[in-house]
Formats: sequence, structure tokens, C-alpha cells
Amino acid sequence: MTAQPWRGVAAEQRDEDSAAAALLRSRSRRLLGDLLAGSRGRVALTFALIAIASLAALAGPWLVGIGIDRGIPPLSRDGDTGPLLAVTAAFAVTVVVQAIATRSYIYSMGRLGERVVLDLRKRLFAHFQLMSVSFHDDYTSGRVISRQTSDVDAISALFEDGLDSLVSAVLSLLLVGAGMLLLDWPLGLVVLAGFGPLVWLTAWFRQESAIAYRRGRESIALVIVQFVETMTGIRAVQAFRRQRRNDEIFGELNSGYYDASLRSFRLVAVYAPAITLVGNVITGVVLFYGGLRVIDGDIKVGVLVTFLLYLRRFFDPLQDLAQFYNSFQAAGAALEKISGVLAEPPSVPSPASSVRLPDRSGGGRSVRFAGVTFGYRAESVIDGLDLELPAGQTTALVGTTGAGKTTVARLLARFYDPDEGRVLLDGVDLRDLDDPALRAEVVMITQENFLFSGTIADNIRLGKPTADRAEIESAGRAIGADEFITSLPGGYDADVGKRGGRLSAGQRQLVSFARAFLAAPAVLILDEATSLLDIPAERMVQRALRTMLGERTALIIAHRLSTVEIADRVIVLDGGRIVQDGPPGRLLAASDGRYARMHQSWQSGLA
Amino acid sequence: MTFRGVAISLQSVPPERSRGQARLPAQETSAAALRRIGPYLRPYLPQLAVMLTAALVGVAAQLAIPLLIKSVIDGAIAHDRRGLLIALGLAAIGLGTAEAVSNLIRRWVQGSAVTAIEKTIRGDLYAHMQRLHPGFHDSWQSGQLLSRATTDLSAIRRFAGFGIIFFITSVLTFAAVVILLIRLNWWLGLLTGCVFAPVVVVCTRFERRYRVLSRRAQDQQGDLATYIEEAAAGIRVLKALGRRREAGRRHAEGAAGIYRTQVDKARMLGSFYALLDLMPNAVIGMILLLGAFAVGWHELTLGGLVAFITLALQLVWPIEAMGYILASGQEAATAAQRIFELFDTVPAITDGPPAGETATGSAPEAAATPEIPETPETPETLETPETPETPGSPGSPGSPGSSLAGARTSQATGGTQLAFARVAFGYPGADGNVLRDITLSLEPGKTLVLAGATGSGKTTLLQLVPRLADVTAGSIRLDGTDIRDLPLDVLRARVACAFEEPTLFSASVRENVAFGAPEAPSEDIAAALAAAQAEFAYDLPWGLDTRIGEQGMSLSGGQRQRIALARAILSRPDVLLLDDPLSAVDVQTEARATRALARVLTHTTALVVAHRPSTVLLGDTVALLDGGVIAAVGTHSELMASVPAYRDLMTMSDEPGDAKNEPLPRIRAG
Repeated sequence: MTAQPWRGVAAEQRDEDSAAAALLRSRSRRLLGDLLAGSRGRVALTFALIAIASLAALAGPWLVGIGIDRGIPPLSRDGDTGPLLAVTAAFAVTVVVQAIATRSYIYSMGRLGERVVLDLRKRLFAHFQLMSVSFHDDYTSGRVISRQTSDVDAISALFEDGLDSLVSAVLSLLLVGAGMLLLDWPLGLVVLAGFGPLVWLTAWFRQESAIAYRRGRESIALVIVQFVETMTGIRAVQAFRRQRRNDEIFGELNSGYYDASLRSFRLVAVYAPAITLVGNVITGVVLFYGGLRVIDGDIKVGVLVTFLLYLRRFFDPLQDLAQFYNSFQAAGAALEKISGVLAEPPSVPSPASSVRLPDRSGGGRSVRFAGVTFGYRAESVIDGLDLELPAGQTTALVGTTGAGKTTVARLLARFYDPDEGRVLLDGVDLRDLDDPALRAEVVMITQENFLFSGTIADNIRLGKPTADRAEIESAGRAIGADEFITSLPGGYDADVGKRGGRLSAGQRQLVSFARAFLAAPAVLILDEATSLLDIPAERMVQRALRTMLGERTALIIAHRLSTVEIADRVIVLDGGRIVQDGPPGRLLAASDGRYARMHQSWQSGLA
Repeated sequence: MTFRGVAISLQSVPPERSRGQARLPAQETSAAALRRIGPYLRPYLPQLAVMLTAALVGVAAQLAIPLLIKSVIDGAIAHDRRGLLIALGLAAIGLGTAEAVSNLIRRWVQGSAVTAIEKTIRGDLYAHMQRLHPGFHDSWQSGQLLSRATTDLSAIRRFAGFGIIFFITSVLTFAAVVILLIRLNWWLGLLTGCVFAPVVVVCTRFERRYRVLSRRAQDQQGDLATYIEEAAAGIRVLKALGRRREAGRRHAEGAAGIYRTQVDKARMLGSFYALLDLMPNAVIGMILLLGAFAVGWHELTLGGLVAFITLALQLVWPIEAMGYILASGQEAATAAQRIFELFDTVPAITDGPPAGETATGSAPEAAATPEIPETPETPETLETPETPETPGSPGSPGSPGSSLAGARTSQATGGTQLAFARVAFGYPGADGNVLRDITLSLEPGKTLVLAGATGSGKTTLLQLVPRLADVTAGSIRLDGTDIRDLPLDVLRARVACAFEEPTLFSASVRENVAFGAPEAPSEDIAAALAAAQAEFAYDLPWGLDTRIGEQGMSLSGGQRQRIALARAILSRPDVLLLDDPLSAVDVQTEARATRALARVLTHTTALVVAHRPSTVLLGDTVALLDGGVIAAVGTHSELMASVPAYRDLMTMSDEPGDAKNEPLPRIRAG
């Protein structure tokens, strides 16, 4: 990596390197056990079916041998077809049994595996939904997504690509070995002698291919990043005449992947023929030594034939075994990462027994911060904050970047819990409210104004899943979003596109206001909800805000003081502490005060 | 960024029998599509010949072994000849070694050939893609392009590497085995051949049906991944509204769909593998029974019977392979169609015609262009092209800002004149133009601010200058030369832009800033960072070597914008295009950055899109864009005084009618 200075340096993701260990750690094993807990019967059934299929497969060559030794002589001697027909009938039975057992175990293993994968998907999704916002801030959405996609896929691929074949390969290796020793142990020992080089070869291949596999993954990932970033940033690429430099870089990355895949190809190119060679040499030896034993009368021809047929079953599965090792390893690493994240407890836990809030009298509820202290890791952000917001009051929170405004908002939305002190809603600690009750009372809107793909109506309905069409449209009207929505083709049924991409930022924000309006919370928090809008859009939203706020308790954070103008009260925050508090008019009058100065510099920016 | 939705096989050891790849419905031009891979294969024809020879040697060695077994049983054992037994044993080992060695040769050569072919096609594809006009990329998701460069390419690699060779060898193997069987015993041989042949059909049908299911599963997984991405990115909204259960339900629905398809796949796979076991075993049972009679009737020796059985087993592989090959051939054909569809797309925006062929009368002396180095790495060394005399300068006299008196001053002042003459632009396929009749002139060294409501076409207008899209009508001229008559590299060296939505790449800060000028010296980078107020970059963990972008440190929106701004400043363009470059920067930093930017703009011709009064102040003049036309041009104060639409855009206060209802004091700008 250091050979590519252009890439720059980045901290390695801590969960990627720790996962290289091939053996499942106890945490992964526990998770696996837990996932399989409900399916013990099916596991046993699957293994039984595999055993039956393997035994039936083993019986075939044996019966061929018997047919040759016991069926043909009576037929040739005196035309007695009885023994031959009996052997053939037995053979037919094993063929049918094998087919049925094979079909059943593949299906059974498939269902088992998919059950586990389905369960895993659901658990992961639910877990990530449960985890606090601070966890998500830290863990990043990219990793949330890869846990649920590529890691789950790795486990799914293991089941799909032949955990069953793996089990049956091991089983048939053991059974065939045992069968050969039983049939004729001296000849059996000759075959087993071939096992030495095979084990050595396979160990070598396993080790090398693990390295090659990792290199291949790393190098293709770099190719993909370069490709996707170039195509998504095509305007910057072309505007800055980046194509030649990109060709160079891509050539380098493409060659890196070429080297890695060539290495993998060559590993297989050596390993697979080597296995064939061992198998073929053993076949030659069996032919010679077995022939001698037949001539000496130690065994019959049929036994030799059985051996020759067994040899195929003995060596072929080994090639598969080595191939599966990579998917096995990938699945193990994935399970390790998944079990790690599932083991994290939510930092904002649900209460053991929830408290019911008193009935809402007016539109809002009172909020109180009582001695609240909070910090991110070692850094303290808020230190002993006491703040009371009476029901129905609109309060603006201002201050410089890093003053702790967003933290106050997030504490009120219970995205975090305070380290010390309490946040109370109508006198009830937020920690004593269960999640649905809290979310029905407190809603926060940020500048993210994230929309989900689907229609506008779908997105508004998110505020109240039970809402009917009329409620949705009246929310749109109340917010003043009705005009632009109805002008869209499809109106409320217009598709907003991926992440709301078909709407402008202002329109998205109006939809998210309508969503919050429909949710009808007692407390509304706006965190920089209007910063990214242009002035006409902001004006549109301002108008909507007055409808929104109504009798609710509101906390508003904004850089641009225009948003603050609608507040009953302004609090200036600095370093996590309140430095000014009062109605905007009064603060403005205190001409040397912090708020007055901020206001002045903001106004000069407009001039 | 995650690259989900694109199922890429990250397995570096490609299984020869991959269980299921995406497949589109076959089209009638499959063969034609496969033929187009030809030129890429041609350099490797000697390798292909080696592979084929090795494969045939391997097959021959493999087929000879059952015949040796026959000799062992009928010759050595039946007649008690130990000497012959030794010879036969050694011969078997020799043949076995030959098989292994030829396998080694085939796989080794194959590995280098197919990976090299894949690398070449991928490199070509990338180079082609990044030269296609941005309009093309707007209509294609990068994920779709990526799946062509990975999944489809793998399908071609598999077919080129294994398909062709295996096709030939499996046909030959099948034929050779059946001939050998017939020679051993004609009626039993014929019967065996006839029983096996139909299995090819079954295998092919299975592979096809299985691939349809795999495709469905892939689509479902893609859909679920999309929802997972949304739920991860929108987690704060879901949490703020407490919609955990609803989201969980929606996710569970998608996951259950995948489960059902996967179980269907397992069921189909189970039947297929059972059949693959059943068929040869049944045939062996048949051979055992009938062969024994043949032995009894002295039509077949005992050794012949054993050879027959072992040979018949060798029919399984070619048949199984044939099903795979036919399906993968079809898959490769579809993949080739998808890839060549991209290669067939011609860049719509290309260099101007070479000097001398210039048809545009207004730039007769565009001959200056060939003297310009093709890739000017350090734009400051670039001579501004000879400004041609432009007596008939474009622009109708009546339209605002049409004064072109200073058109020839660029040499004298070191600045460049940029002029739009009756420019119109419409997106292909959309009716109506987004921009109409835009006539504007920027004198050298001056800054023009474009203001207008969202959707008025400001960003679109900016993109026309570096020819990220071409005008539909009218022309844009740089010092009098139509930009379409300039080589793209020359044009884009003279014009630099910073967009509102900054594009950072997963590379070091240094590489990101020196994006258009990889050879730029450190002092220039430092100066650009300073001018863009992006000195925060030195405080990142590894300073300018810190990787940023999706795969590195995440920066705030304002930080990203300032890096992008530094990038534009670094290329020292003649014309700077800035699309609201400080919209995400906080108020205090914005003030500092604006001051620094004002210094940079003193000597550069610049076109700046602005939403906020603070940015508008960067300009000498302001043009108001409204509904795709220039509604007014003037200074900020002129427009504030005389144009209500502009006032409306730049001040927070509501219209007088609304103001009456306002109990709160309003702030008025200006």
C-alpha cells in the first residue's frame, strides 16, 4: 500500500484485521449455536441423510465387485442368472436410495442454511435499529451496511456453495478409507500411503490460497473504488483533465488485481494436477500390486475392480475440499465480525418498567435539564446544564460551532443519555419512558431531511403509520407543501427517487416538516433544519414553521439568525454553558452582549 | 461507499463450476457478440493452441487407463504373466503422470492468458468510460457500469478460459469414449451412448433454469441491500420518529423473499445433483447386467467389462461440462453484448476539428492551438492562445451585458474574455430548453455573479463552459474562439471549476488538491490551500498525506467544499467557475474565505453562482437568471433597488402582504 503515495494514509478499520483468525472464537461459536438452537432436529436429519447417501454411494462399487466375482462365474459356467440378478437388484436399490438421500440432504441443508441466514439478517437489522445514535456516529453507515450485506452473503455463500459437499466429502473420505481396509487391508494400506503427500499438499495449498484470497479481495476492492469514484465523479475528472492520470492509476490497480488472480490461478494450476498425479500413481501401484495379489490368489478380480472404482471417489473430493476452504474462511471471518457487533449492548437501553406520562393538557410539555453533564469519550461537552423550557415555549439555541447546541438537542431526543443529571419531560426522566412513548412526544428534524425512496405520501406517513390519505394531505397543506406537491406529476404519489433525489433540498425539508407535523409531537427540535436552503426556500419553510410550532414546546438551533427570529426566548451557549438567556429583543438591546454581536456580524454579511 | 447491489465474486480462486451467475434473456445475436471478443483473444492464439493440445493429451492419457486395466485383467492376470504386470503398472504411472503434467501446462497457460485478457478489456473499458460525456453517466448508475466491468467480465473470462477448451475436449472425449465402447462391444456401446446423450439436454436445461433463479435471488438481494443502505443512512430519521418496528417489518419482507428463492434454488439443486448421481449409476447397473451376459456369451472379456464400466464413468464429466458450457456460453454472449454496448457508445463531446479545418469564421486563426502542449501539467506556463481579431463579435446588441469592447484585451491584461452568445441548452430527450438566449460577456479579470432561484439553470450554465455538456444553440467563446474549436484538454486547462457538491476521491489530500495538476509543486499546493481557507488539512492525522473521501477520513461539508475550492484555485485557470463554493461553510469561516477568494479573483475571469448576499459581494456585476433566461444584469445594489425578483431572492423578509401577520420583528438586509 505504501507503494502508492497518492492513496494517502488512513487508519485501518479495526474489525477487518482481527477477523483473519480461521478458527471460530467462542463468541462466534455461541452465536452459531444460538442460531441453530431451534433446528437441532434438522441438523441431525441432514447429517443422517448425508451419511445414508455416502453409504449408498460406497455400496455401488462393492456390488460391482461382487457381481464380477459371484454373478458372472455361475452365469458363464451353467447359465445361472440368479446371483447376477440379485446383485443387480441390490445395486438398483442403492442407486435409488442414493439419489433420494442426495436430493433430500441438499434440500434440507439448503433450508437449514437459509433459515440461519434469514434469522441472522433479521437479528442484525433489529440490532442496528436498536443501537443508539452515538453508536451509529462511531460505527458509520458503511460498516452497518457491510455487516448486513457482504458479511451475511459470505455466510450464505458457505451454505450455498457446499457446506453439504464439504461434510459429504469428509464423510466419504473416511468411509471409503475404512471400506478399502475392510476389503483388503494390504492393498488398502497402499492407497492410504498416498494420503501422506495429499495432506502435505493440501496444507500447503490451504495456506497459500488463504494469502492469495486475501490479496485478491484487497486488490479487487481497490479496482472497484477507483472505478466507481471515477464514474460518479466524472464531471470533476473531465473538468480537471484527470483521464491520463486515472489511466495510470487504474492500470496500476488493474495490474495488482491481475497479479493476485494470476497467483490464485497458478496455485490451483499446481495443486489440482498434483492431486491428480498422486491419484494416478496410486492407481498404477494398485493395478500392479492388486494384480499380483489376484495372481497369488489373495483376492479376487472383483475386489481389484472395487478398489479401482473407489480410488476415484477417494481423490476427487479432495480437490473440492481445498476449494471450499476459502469460503469457509470468509464465512468464519464474517461471523466473527457479526457476532462482535451483536454483542454490543445498546447504550440507550429501554427501561425495565416504563412510566406513563400524564395526559397532555395543551399542545406541549415542559422540559427540564437538571444538572446534565455529557461528553464524547474523554471530552466533556456539557457540564452541569440546568435549563427549564415551559410547555409551549419556542426557544432558540445559538452559539459557535462546538458550543454544544446539537448535543443538547440530541440529549432531549434521547439519542444519548447524560453521563450525569437527568432530562425530564413533564417531570418524567426520559430513561423511564419506553421508546414508542418517547418518540410520540419528542421529534427532531435536522438538516439531513432524509427521505426514503417511495412516494411523497409514503414519506409523510412515516410520521404516523396509521394515517389515512386525508390526514397526509392535510398535513401537507398545513405546512404549505401542498402547492409544490400537487404541481408534481403524480402529486402525493410522485416518486421522490433515491434518497429524495428528485426533490430540491427545500422541497425535501418541507416533506420532512409535514412528516413531523403528522407525528404531532409535544416537543419539536429543529437542528439546523434550514441551513442548507436558499433564501426563497428558507422563507417558505419559515412560514411552515409557524404552523408547525403552534402550541408545541420547541427548541431551535440555527447558524443563521433569521430562523431565531421566531423564538420567544434565546439562549446563547458557549463551551457547554449558558452565557445569555432572555427574549430576543432584550438580548439585542444589550449591545455589548454576545447575541447582539453575533447579530451584528450576521447582518453585515447580508449587506 | 459500499458497492452493494453489484454481486461481484470476490473469490480469487475461480471455481470452474460456479453455481449460478446472472443471466439476461438470450438474444439472437449471441454468436455475433461472442465473435467480437475475438480481437482480444487473437494475441493469445498460440496459448490457446498449447492449452488445447495439452487438454487433448490429458484426455487421451485418461482414456488409455481403462484399456490398461483391460490388459491387466485379460492379459497379465488371466495368463499369470507377472512381467507384463510390471510393464502395465509402469505404463499406468507414466500415463497418469502425462495426464497430470498436461493438466498443469493447460491450467498454467490458461491462467496467464485469461487474466491478461480480462485485464486488457477492463483497462480499455475504464479508459473508454472516463472519456464518455457526463450526459452518458447521468443515465447510467455507476453500479451498472461496475457490474459490467466485474461480473460480466468474469463471465467472459470463464468462457474464454474454460468454455472454448472444454467444449472441444468434451465433445472429443464423448466421441472417443463412445467409439472405444463400441469397439469393446458394439451393441452395449451404442446403447450406453444413446442413454447418456439426452442427459446433456437435462443438464443444459437445469443450468438455464437455475441461472434464472440465481438472477432473481440477486435482484432480491440488491433490493434488500438498497433498503438496508437507506435504513442505515436514514437511521437518525427512523430513530427520531421511533419507526423501528415498521422498518423491521419492511426489512423482514425482503429477507423472506430471498429466503424463498434460495430454498427454491436448493430444491432445484438437490434434484439436479441427485440426477447427476442417478444417471451414471443406473447406466453402470445396466452395463453390469447386460455386460455380464455379454461375457457369458463370450462377446466381451472380463477385462473388457471392467474397462467398459470405467470408461462409461468417464462420460459423466463431458456431459455435465456440456450443460455448463452451453449455459456459460450464453451467459458470456449476454455479457459481451452488455460490454460492447458500452464500447459502442461514442463520446458526444470531442476535441474541436484540427487547425485549418475550422469552419467558424470568427476564429480563423485558431491555428495557434497546435502549439499548445497537449497536456499542460502546469497551466501557468501555458501561453494564452493568440487572440484572433474578432470584429464580428457575437451577441445581439440589445441583450443585457453584450458589450464586447474589451474582447481583445486579454493579452494586455493577462486575462481572458468569456462570452456567451445566444446560448440555449436542453437535455436530450426532454422537451423545451433549460436555458434560452443567454448572452453575457465577462471582461478579462472581472467576476460575474449568477443569481437565481433553485432550478433556474445556474449550475447548468456553468457546466457548459468546460464542455461537460454542449450548448444546444448559440456559442460560448473564450477570447473570441468558440470553445468547440479548442482541443478539450486546452479548454479544460484554461477553465477550472468548483461545484457546490464537491467530489472528493479516496486519495490523499495532496492528490485531491493536485487533481488536475499532478506535478504541482508543494508551494503551489500550500498557496491554494491557504487561498481556500483549507489549512485545516495540515491538522489531519497524517497532514496532507491523510486519505480523505469515502474510504478515508470523513470531512464536514464545509471542509470538503474548501478542498474542492483549493483544487480549482491550484490549476491557475484563465477562467474560474464557482458554484456556490461556500454554501456549507459556517458563517465565521465563510467571511474569511470570502476575503481570501476576493484576492484570488482580482486577476481571474470568474463566473460565480451565489445564493447568499455574502457570496454575491464577490462579483463586479450580477446576472439574475430566471426560468432559464437572463432577467437582469447590474451591480448588487442596482438590482436590489430596481428588481423586485432579485430582492425577493436575497432577503429573508416576506412580501408585504405576509408581513402584516408577523408579530415578530423582521430583519431587513442592506
